[in-house]
Amino acid sequence: MAATVSPTSLESAPRIMRLVAECSRSRARAGELRLPHGPVATPVFMPVGTQATMKGITAEQLDALGCRICLGNTYHLGLRPGPELIQKAHGLHGFMNWPHNLLTDSGGFQMVSLVSLSEVTEEGVRFRSPYDGDETLLSPEKSVEIQNALGSDIIMQLDDVVSSTVTGPRVEEAMYRSIRWLDRCIAAHQRPDKQNLFAIIQGGLDADLRTTCLEEMTKRDVPGFAIGGLSGGESKGQFWRMVALSTSRLPKDKPRYLMGVGYATDLVVCVALGCDMFDCVFPTRTARFGSALVPTGNLQLKKKQYEKDFRPIDNDCACPTCQKHSRAFLHALLHSDNTAALHHLTVHNIAYQLQLMSAVRASIVEKRFPDFVRDFMGTMYGDPTLCPTWATEALASVGITLS
Amino acid sequence: MKLSLTKVVNGCRLGKIKNLGKAGDRTMDIPSCLLYTKTGSAPHLTHQTLHTIHGLPAMAQLTLSSLAEHHEALAEYKEGIGKFIGMPELLLYCSLHDPVSPCPAGYVTNKSVSVWGLGGRVEMTASKFMAIQQALQPDWFQCLSDGEVNCEEATSIKRARKSVDRSLLFLDNCLRLQEESEVLRRSAIIGVIEGGDVMEERLRSARETAKRPVGGFLLDGFQGNPATQETRLHLLSSVTAELPEDKPRLICGVSRPDEVLECIERGVDLFESFFPYQVTERGCALTFSFDYQPNPEETLLQQNGIQEEIKYVDQTKKIKTTSCNQEMTSFEINLKEKKYQEDFDPLVRGCSCYCCKNHTRAYIHHLLVTNELLAGVLLMMHNFEHYFGFFHSIREALKSDRLAQLKELIRRQAS
Repeated sequence: MAATVSPTSLESAPRIMRLVAECSRSRARAGELRLPHGPVATPVFMPVGTQATMKGITAEQLDALGCRICLGNTYHLGLRPGPELIQKAHGLHGFMNWPHNLLTDSGGFQMVSLVSLSEVTEEGVRFRSPYDGDETLLSPEKSVEIQNALGSDIIMQLDDVVSSTVTGPRVEEAMYRSIRWLDRCIAAHQRPDKQNLFAIIQGGLDADLRTTCLEEMTKRDVPGFAIGGLSGGESKGQFWRMVALSTSRLPKDKPRYLMGVGYATDLVVCVALGCDMFDCVFPTRTARFGSALVPTGNLQLKKKQYEKDFRPIDNDCACPTCQKHSRAFLHALLHSDNTAALHHLTVHNIAYQLQLMSAVRASIVEKRFPDFVRDFMGTMYGDPTLCPTWATEALASVGITLS
Repeated sequence: MKLSLTKVVNGCRLGKIKNLGKAGDRTMDIPSCLLYTKTGSAPHLTHQTLHTIHGLPAMAQLTLSSLAEHHEALAEYKEGIGKFIGMPELLLYCSLHDPVSPCPAGYVTNKSVSVWGLGGRVEMTASKFMAIQQALQPDWFQCLSDGEVNCEEATSIKRARKSVDRSLLFLDNCLRLQEESEVLRRSAIIGVIEGGDVMEERLRSARETAKRPVGGFLLDGFQGNPATQETRLHLLSSVTAELPEDKPRLICGVSRPDEVLECIERGVDLFESFFPYQVTERGCALTFSFDYQPNPEETLLQQNGIQEEIKYVDQTKKIKTTSCNQEMTSFEINLKEKKYQEDFDPLVRGCSCYCCKNHTRAYIHHLLVTNELLAGVLLMMHNFEHYFGFFHSIREALKSDRLAQLKELIRRQAS
C-alpha cells in the first residue's frame, strides 16, 4: 500500500461507515454506510435524480435495480416545488415516495454550471431564476435550511465552487471561503442526528491549496468528506493526482465521496485511489441520447448497424431491458416518438453502473481487486497497453500494474 | 377462433372469443378494448411498468404505420412481432393506421395504400402488404383498405362506391395471397367495412365483406365530431345488422367512454384504447366514475365533486406529440392546474393503480411543471388502468342488467 498518513479523526462524530475489507495493494476499500434509511454497501454509485425523479423510471424500478441511495438537487428543488411544500409532503422521501437513502447537493455546483446567472459574495450565491427572473440568495444557512426541510440522509455543505480550469487568486479565495462556509453550515444544521452533513474539499488543482483545505476541514466535526472542484474541464493527469492527494489525507474511518465522477474507467481507478461514493448524470443522461453502456464502452443504438442485431445490449446483464429486449427492437423504438425507448436505456445504464460497483466490491472483499482491475481494463481497452496513460499512472501510484 | 355470446341486451353483446392465439388456447372477453401501442410498445411504458397495470387487455393493437418501415429487420428476425417487441404473452391485432395521428389523404390508389411512419411514407400493394404481415405474424390484421372516406364529410356516392370496391378488391387479393402462405394462414384477416356516409354503399360493403372468409370486421370511418353523430350511429346500427353474429366487430377511431357505450349498443365488440393516451399527453388524469352501484353517500359526494370540476382547455401548454390537440374532456382533471400544487390526495381515491397507490396529485403536478419524463409514465399507468376498469364495469353491468345505470352515470359526466 502506498505510504500515507491518515490523520486519526479528532472528533466524536458518529461513524457512519464501517470498513469491511481493504485491498492490501491499493487504497481500495469495501464498506457499509449506516444511514437513516438503511445500509448502503460501498463503493457505491449514486444515480442522479435532480428534480425528485429518476428521469422516467419509477421508484419501484429503481429499488428493483438495487439502488439504495440517489441524489436530489437543492438548487432545483428549492425553486420548484420549494422547501415548504416538500416539508408538507413529509420531506423529499415522502414527496417522491423513495424508501431508501437520499443525498442532496447544496446548490454549489450550479454556481459553476449556471455562472451567467449567479454572483458570489461572502454572504452566499445570488442567483437569478431562469424561470421567473426572481433573485434568490443561496447562503450556507439557506442551503442547510432547505436541505433540512428536504430531509435527505446526507446533506452537502455549500461550497464556493470554481471551475477546475480557473487559475489564480480566485481559487485560493474559494478554498478559504469554503472552509468558512463549512463552519457556517455546521452551525446552521438543525438536524445532525437525522441528516449527515458532509464537508467538500476544494483547492482546485493546486496541491498546496488542497492540502491546506484538507488539513483545516478534517479538523471539523463531520461524518464524511467529499472531494469537490474536480470532474470539470481539467486534464485527467491533474484530476487523479488531486484525488490521490485528497484520499491520502482524509481519515480512513469516514466515507470519501468523489463528486461528479461516473465513467466506468474513472470509477474503477478512483476506487483504487481510495474513494467510496460517486455520483454522475452521465449514465442517465447518455441513456436519453440512445447510448447504452457496456463493458467495452457504449453502443449508440440509434445507428443503422443495430437495425438487425437481435442480441440484448449485454448478454451478461441481468437488467429487465436485457432480459426482454434486443438491440434491434431498441433501435426501432429509439427511432419512434415513444419515450419508452429512453426508459429502457435508463434502466440498463443504471443497472450497468450498479452491477459494476457490486463487482468491484466483491473483488475487494475477496481480495482480488488488482486482478479485477486488470480484467476490467483489458475488456474496456482490448489491451493493457491501450489503457489511457493517466489511468495506468494512477493505478501504478497505488501499486496496481496493468501488464 | 370461436365467438360465443353469453347474452345480447338492447343490442349490446356480451360474450367471449375463444381459441385465440397461435396455440389456440387464449380467450378474450367482449366488449373489450385493445392495448394501444406506438412502435410496438405501450406509450411511455416498459414491460415492467406495463405489467403493474391491473386488468390489461388480452390483445394489443399494433399499427402498421409505425412498424412497416422495420419490416426488413422483422423478416430477418423471422420469429414475429410479438417476440420482437417483448410481448409474446399478448394477442396482437395490427391496424393500418394510428388512430391518434391522422394520415394525409390522397394516397390510396386502385393498387396500393400508403401508411405514414416517422421515416416517411410506405406505399403498399397487396403483395407488399401481405409480405409485411408475413414478417409480423400478428394474430389478426386489418386488411388493406381504402379508408379515406369517412362519415364526417359529405361524400360523393361515387367516392363512397370506390372505397367499397377497392376495399373488396384488396380483400380478395389478400385472401388469395393468404392461401398461398402457411405462415399467413395462422393469422386472421379482418375485413374492413367502408362506404362513407352513403347507406347503400355501407350495406353493400357489409354484405359483400361478410361473404368472405374473414376473421372479423373493422367498422371504418365512423369517427367524427358530435354534429354528425346521429347519422353515424344510425349507419352503424344498419351496418352491424348485416354482419354475422359469430364474428367480432371492431371499430377504429372511437375511444371516448360515452362514444364507446353508444357503439356497444349498436353491436360493436372491440375498441382501441388511445383515449387514455391522449389524456396523458395533455397532462391530464381520468377521474370519471364508472361505479354504477355506489352507496348513496358516495353518490352525493361524487355529484358534488363533478359539479365543482371546472372544465376548460389548457391553452398555455403546447402538446408535444402529434395530433393530441383534442380538447380536454369532462372525464378528466388537468394536473397542471395550480390547485393541485398542494393536493396530497391520489389522482383518484380508491384507484388501485401504481400511481394512485404511491403518489400524489402534488407530485404529478410538480413533474409536469418541471417537464419530467416520469409524469407521462405515471399518468399513462393510471389512465390505462382507469380505462380498463371502465371496460370491466361495462361487462359487469351487462352481466347484471345494469347498463342503463352505467350509461346514465357516464352521460351525466360527459359534455
